[in-house]
Amino acid sequence: MSLLQSTRPLDPLRWLGLPALAAIVGTFLLAIPIKIFGLQLPEPVFPMVLAFAWAVIRPSVIAPFVLVLLGLFLDLFWGGPLGLWGVSLLASYTVVLASRSIMTGQSRPMRQVWFAGATALTMLTGFLIASVVSLAVPNLLSVFWQFLATSLLYPFAHRLIERFEDADVRFR
Amino acid sequence: MRLSFRDRSNFDMKVPLTWTAGVAVIIAAVIGVALLLGDRRETLQIQAYGVTKNVVDTLSAPVSNTLATPGRWTGNVFDLARDYLMAGSQNHQLRDEVGDLHVWQDKAIAMENENQRLRAVLGLKTDPPIPMVTAHVIADSRGPFADTRLADAGRGQGVTPGNPVMSERGLVGRVIGVGHDVSRILMLTDIASRTPVLIDRTNARAILSGDGGPNPKLAYMRGQDPVKVGDRVLTSGDGGVFPRGLPIGVAVQGLDGAWRVRLDSDSSPIDFVRILLFTDFSQIAEQKDALASGLPPLSAADAAEVAARVKTLSAPAPAGPATPPKTTAAAAANASATAKTLANALAASKTQAQPKHLPPPTPATTPPPDDETQ
Repeated sequence: MSLLQSTRPLDPLRWLGLPALAAIVGTFLLAIPIKIFGLQLPEPVFPMVLAFAWAVIRPSVIAPFVLVLLGLFLDLFWGGPLGLWGVSLLASYTVVLASRSIMTGQSRPMRQVWFAGATALTMLTGFLIASVVSLAVPNLLSVFWQFLATSLLYPFAHRLIERFEDADVRFR
Repeated sequence: MRLSFRDRSNFDMKVPLTWTAGVAVIIAAVIGVALLLGDRRETLQIQAYGVTKNVVDTLSAPVSNTLATPGRWTGNVFDLARDYLMAGSQNHQLRDEVGDLHVWQDKAIAMENENQRLRAVLGLKTDPPIPMVTAHVIADSRGPFADTRLADAGRGQGVTPGNPVMSERGLVGRVIGVGHDVSRILMLTDIASRTPVLIDRTNARAILSGDGGPNPKLAYMRGQDPVKVGDRVLTSGDGGVFPRGLPIGVAVQGLDGAWRVRLDSDSSPIDFVRILLFTDFSQIAEQKDALASGLPPLSAADAAEVAARVKTLSAPAPAGPATPPKTTAAAAANASATAKTLANALAASKTQAQPKHLPPPTPATTPPPDDETQ
């Protein structure tokens, strides 16, 4: 019986749907036009948490499409070129998925380094796409600030991985 | 009990999900690239913005507006707290500024007086006021790859793509997408933004290019030393997207050596914006109105003169040659047409008692009741 339970596939709504919804809500909240002591709110890329965590938890057919949809949401909501964030998130998802066997069992600080690396890859892809689409080089300092703000979201990714990594033993 | 393929010796195969997931990634990537190739964000055409973007803007507007409302309140609280804590240093700074401003005020009064006299001497016509709409900013994206705002005024308020947008201090960008009650503003700092500008001191032209950072670059400058630190930068009006002379900011030199602009709009929060209902220079010249309304109405004196001329033209011609030359016939036809036009003008002047230089307002340019004019 316990074996049956352990091989039961994850409910997509729980590990894909709800986190995606939370990422959308987070994006909405940080788009509030407010300045606190003259400083604007940071603008991290919330779906990056999912691109990393979903790839570490297990391979999935639905996850890449949800990532593209989340990327499309970011493009539409932030007013950027369509496809920019979808392709950027998929780039890091693919790399993390391909190297997930290396990451499994790593300590938290090590995983955090991996997350920062994946975020850097996403930002680099976005940088290259934006350069080609707009025929201009994006400001490196602004790219760095967004990278930093996104890297600080690792605790959310860690929580998601801890919650669902052991839920399906076929992919450990 | 059959658990999986793995437990059957003659079907020793793994669950193929890894491969299927790989295929899914490739398909998703193809979709993403197709979206990227199909996007035409950089153009000003309405069709380029797309129905999807308009729908998303319209749907996200009420959500963002609801979220932004308490944000505005807390923002005010933070501002009050900062003002309280910084009152001493702010007071000192404001005293210095008031001292400087008195000097500028005197200069401004003298220049305004001189300006009026010169205009009178030259008989210059000043630009007519541009109607504008005030809007709240309800969502804000500030990333390196997209820098836009959502404002809660749209097609219903007369906003169209291309309209310039100003904060209380200066130009912030232009409208690139319009829904019924919402519009998307492309900021000057966005990587896709290109704005024709001039340096106030030298009249040198440049293109202000956003790069996702806070200070956009001055590109394609011409001439020797066309700019120095502290020069005022204004819109040049070249290309007809913006009217000439809107304040943008002050020239500064970046760490990379490139000339950049410190935007005037950065000095205050961009919570309210004014959308100028300006489309191009033909609107300033009021050609559209002139064409739509026919000839402008006449004053009473002019009407009397026209009536006399109409009478003269309508009177039978004196006896002449039996077969008039062709040119005379054409002239007669022209005279008849002119008489008709003048008669129409006379009728219009009787029905509309307006000054000669003011054409009647049309719905297209009439500002909504809560609008302001520059």
